[in-house]
Amino acid sequence: MQSLGVSAAAASVAANAEATAKSGRAGGSDGDAPSVMGPNPIDLTLTVNGVKHAMKVEPCTTLLEALRLHAGLTGTKEICDRGSCGGCSVLIDGVLAVSCLMLAIDCAGASITTVEGLAKADGTLHPLQEAFIRHDALQCGYCTPGFLVAGAWLMASTPKPTLPQIQQAMAGNICRCGTYTNIFNAVLEATGQRPLIDGTIA
Amino acid sequence: MNPFVLVQPRSHAQAAKVMAAGGSYRLPVLKAGGIDVLDHLKEGLLSPDAVVNVRRLGAEGPAVTRLADGSIRIEAGATLAQLASDPILLADATVVAQSAGSAATPAIRNIASAAGNLLQRPRCWYYRHAQFECLKKGGSMCFAVDGENAHHAIFGPGPCHIVHPSNLAPALMVLDGQVHLTGSKRDRIAAADLFHMPDKGILSEHNLEQGEVITHLTLRPRPTSGFHAVKAKQSFDWPSALACVSLRVEEGVIREASVCAGAVAPVPWMLPRVGAALKGAKATDDAAIAAAAELAAEGAKPMRDNGYKVALLVASVRRATLRALGRETPSFREIRP
Repeated sequence: MQSLGVSAAAASVAANAEATAKSGRAGGSDGDAPSVMGPNPIDLTLTVNGVKHAMKVEPCTTLLEALRLHAGLTGTKEICDRGSCGGCSVLIDGVLAVSCLMLAIDCAGASITTVEGLAKADGTLHPLQEAFIRHDALQCGYCTPGFLVAGAWLMASTPKPTLPQIQQAMAGNICRCGTYTNIFNAVLEATGQRPLIDGTIA
Repeated sequence: MNPFVLVQPRSHAQAAKVMAAGGSYRLPVLKAGGIDVLDHLKEGLLSPDAVVNVRRLGAEGPAVTRLADGSIRIEAGATLAQLASDPILLADATVVAQSAGSAATPAIRNIASAAGNLLQRPRCWYYRHAQFECLKKGGSMCFAVDGENAHHAIFGPGPCHIVHPSNLAPALMVLDGQVHLTGSKRDRIAAADLFHMPDKGILSEHNLEQGEVITHLTLRPRPTSGFHAVKAKQSFDWPSALACVSLRVEEGVIREASVCAGAVAPVPWMLPRVGAALKGAKATDDAAIAAAAELAAEGAKPMRDNGYKVALLVASVRRATLRALGRETPSFREIRP
């Protein structure tokens, strides 16, 4: 078995016989041979919300599967599983990404943030989560984790986003209940701006 | 997804060796961002025994650089998000930044690579559905001919009626883009020669050989260039039509024009007649620009359900031209309250 650790993604040293043989053939004269992993499960450590999760995954395991099935973090949702809905949105080193179209192995060494990581350790919610509650910015709630992560990503780079900036940042997130207005209002309020329609509950 | 071996090459040249015909693997597949590769694996359209992972190769250096000869270099693995916000492209190859920024969604632009955008497979729903054994998958018929063809090609004789899905390819075409390769005797291919029509080979859209790997792209700077796409959902969808325009303007007169459309033909569709008509027009002559844009429709042969694309193409060409001239009409976003 090979090891692909947090501290050194380069630790993916080919250690089984088959892998060594294949990399030897493929490497040619380009110096170090390419590393070869799988198809059987390999050791992988992912850092999610500041916590290290050790797991054994096949190379074909997506980040979404690793989070939900191996790290037990089911806040990130699988909906379309094709990058079209945004339900599986996470931050990888602070950058918004769809976890269903990422291989878990590609995230070794990265700092991953899921919806579970938005609140503080003491349970204090992220200002956007508070605003979602106040604005009733969800109906069935299934898309909500993705919207929260996309909104938190926007807020980290743009403290006072305009409505078009909010719409742009959330363009990849679909809410089939159609709660968009309340979601936009929540982001506006969480960034200290006036909601579009004053529908807040006093 | 079927289980596979993941190969992590240390250079593009090494990746090319692993990918070469007669190598260690029966069906190796190259992956950078992996957006389209993972889609194919999940749909059962590809069952590779090895995925050759070039993601992050070259990621430590800048995504875009200015070369000594004045041309601009884009790394193969540069993300669409990097291209969309790159200061060099925004200043001197606007059409590239705009086309990259219009593709897909923010989360996908953060992952998807420049080379992957060029080489992604068509989005035809018959091609993408494992149960339709279409021409592209070695079958005997194009289901779009008598089927649901609202999003298919309005140009080209067939026999396959896909539209080329890349936003970036037409932008490269109007900037005389070069696609640089490793793993073969040639070191580059012109963007204009990268793709072929279905009658020249139906199983693939590009002219790269097995084992050739894109390392980077180069292009000619052109600040007066612009992009426009019309989509059913303007914030996130595959374009129904798009246009890339590159102009050289002197003393308020268009001296050179290169125009390429996307999403309307099986390859990026050059519109030389539009370019010729724009030549000599004043940059402020809206009637001349509109008349030139009308020529984009020449030779269009819509299928049963996609005649609407002709008008969208003409509008896209006109608006991309205005955008290249810095006279963009307000978009839907800007006119909102």
